[in-house]
Amino acid sequence: MAKLDDRDVQRWQNIEQNPRFKELVAKRGRFAMMLSLIMMGLYFSFILLIAFAPQVLGTPLAPGMTTTWGIPIGLGLIASAIVLTGIYVRRANGEFDRLTVQVLKEVQS
Amino acid sequence: MMFGRSSRSLTGLALLALSFPVLSADAITGEVSKRDINIPAIIMFLFFVAATLYITWWASKKNQTAADYYAAGGKITGFQNGLAISGDFMSAASFLGISALVFTSGYDGLIYSMGFLVGWPIIMFLIAERLRNLGRYTFADVASFRLGKRPVRTLSAFGSLAVVALYLIAQVVGAGKLIQLLFGLNYEIAVVAVGVLMVCYVLFGGMLATTWVQMIKAALLLFGATFMAVMVLMHVDFSAEALFSEAVAVHDNGASIMSPGGLVKDPISAISLGLALMFGTAGLPHILMRFFTVGDAREARKSVFVATGFIGYFYILTFIIGFGAIILVSTNPEFMNVDGSIIGGTNMVAVHLADAVGGSVFLGFISAVAFATILAVVAGLALAGASAISHDLYAGVIMKDNADEAKEVRISKITVLILGIVAIVLGIAFEQQNVAFMVGLAFSIAASCNFPVLLLSMYWKRLTTRGAVLGGGLGLLTAITLMVLGPTVWVKVLGHAEPVYPYDYPALFSMAVAFIGIWLFSVTDHSRQAKDEALLFDAQFVRSQTGLGAHGAVDH
Repeated sequence: MAKLDDRDVQRWQNIEQNPRFKELVAKRGRFAMMLSLIMMGLYFSFILLIAFAPQVLGTPLAPGMTTTWGIPIGLGLIASAIVLTGIYVRRANGEFDRLTVQVLKEVQS
Repeated sequence: MMFGRSSRSLTGLALLALSFPVLSADAITGEVSKRDINIPAIIMFLFFVAATLYITWWASKKNQTAADYYAAGGKITGFQNGLAISGDFMSAASFLGISALVFTSGYDGLIYSMGFLVGWPIIMFLIAERLRNLGRYTFADVASFRLGKRPVRTLSAFGSLAVVALYLIAQVVGAGKLIQLLFGLNYEIAVVAVGVLMVCYVLFGGMLATTWVQMIKAALLLFGATFMAVMVLMHVDFSAEALFSEAVAVHDNGASIMSPGGLVKDPISAISLGLALMFGTAGLPHILMRFFTVGDAREARKSVFVATGFIGYFYILTFIIGFGAIILVSTNPEFMNVDGSIIGGTNMVAVHLADAVGGSVFLGFISAVAFATILAVVAGLALAGASAISHDLYAGVIMKDNADEAKEVRISKITVLILGIVAIVLGIAFEQQNVAFMVGLAFSIAASCNFPVLLLSMYWKRLTTRGAVLGGGLGLLTAITLMVLGPTVWVKVLGHAEPVYPYDYPALFSMAVAFIGIWLFSVTDHSRQAKDEALLFDAQFVRSQTGLGAHGAVDH
């Protein structure tokens, strides 16, 4: 079990009560959950599309073309994983980290 | 071979599916023919070995403390760590296996690689920063943060060791066979070389050397694959439409390679596979330990972004390489046996394509990189296994966190040596065995034991030691039992006619068992200890959110 002395206990209780900490936790939690749901939603829709309506992905982009809709959709899914991760890092390493620093500063002073 | 050009059976592809994050063992099952000694490949491989041993020597001089040994002193940057993580995914198997899958079935190869990629954002959003803020060297640090150290560490160590052992054997057996094909060396020589080099990197260089070996290999493989993809695109004047229509014109399956085939027909198997890939990744000890090599949560996030980018890019390259092989390899009699099959089997198409677009020197380069890839992955596995024994079992369970640091590291190094010997012995013993199921089992165990315990320890206040140990243990048992009773082991290995459990992957059910078990045994736990553990959650929560008190780059 983690070792805690009284000063530590006091400090984390202060942090927990801090309104900015609550704001940080709520915002970041909501954001992470939203992005997770988007990612899982996209992936499992793709899997279900393959399981139940594979012909959709096999339709050519235009009559006479070989390239099917599956190609841009597949590449789009790969791109979306990268983009969603990027969006999270941007906000977490910017806004959320600034909030964290603020919380720690307020509690320590 | 597992799949002929016309075979699109669910089991065939699905089997390849879980087996390929390592060297796709089933790709190279049974007898393989040995090629003539490949001199350029061996020379380039020796260059790689010399360079990595130099780095190991350099790392050994910098390694002083346990933190250096286990976590490279927390001084790896986010970018470097991301490259190393992507290296863990760009295995010889995903390079050869996915391009072979694209070669035989076209679009299905793309579907397949997707499962590995989409796990990354989830790891990022749900666990990466909390893991970094709470842990020190192993994920068991996190799982046991506020719970009973000894039982939870014991369970996590066994979960880690099971994953590492299965993965390692599959990797070593595959390595031996691949090296026969690529280099013309004996199976035994290849297995011994892999074992000895793996031990050298980890024993002398610790995490720092292990990370650098993985980074160098990732860079070489990305370079080689990019070159091949560009040469393929040059052949079709950089027109995707031309690439696809040329491939359709020469492929046995014609236009059907442009749409989903038989990879995911049955929704239960599909979802079970998806779960195993997505959440298994988040429970692999050798991946999770990489998050402790960076200085803080900020760098940990960057590394996930970099890793996702490289892995995604790499999968797009293998897709192009697979289609390139349809055009340039399947039409060239030089790469065919007399009966029209590919020399060395379909898993060799990327290697043949290297020959077709870059000549014998580039062929040697790609072969050397494939060998290097195996070394880099097994080194990470060995370190993860050794950490589970020395940090979790010895220091945590036996010494109750009062272990002498130097002694702990010494035990870890002895373990690495033993792991090396075991890997060589089992690698040789399993030469004729079908080891494909081992990786599937490793991913399923990771998803059903390690991942649920880790996730709930960070997110659920009412998790208790009893819940974690009983629920995680049940998940572990269910995964193993269903895997043994399923088609891959019961039918293909043990030779029974009908599987008792009809699906290839246990994850859907074994994960459910784990989560329900953990929940049930936690909420019914009214002990004094359970109340204390819930109280400690608040402290853990603050630290996981802010990094306050986290082990940093300096104060390890």
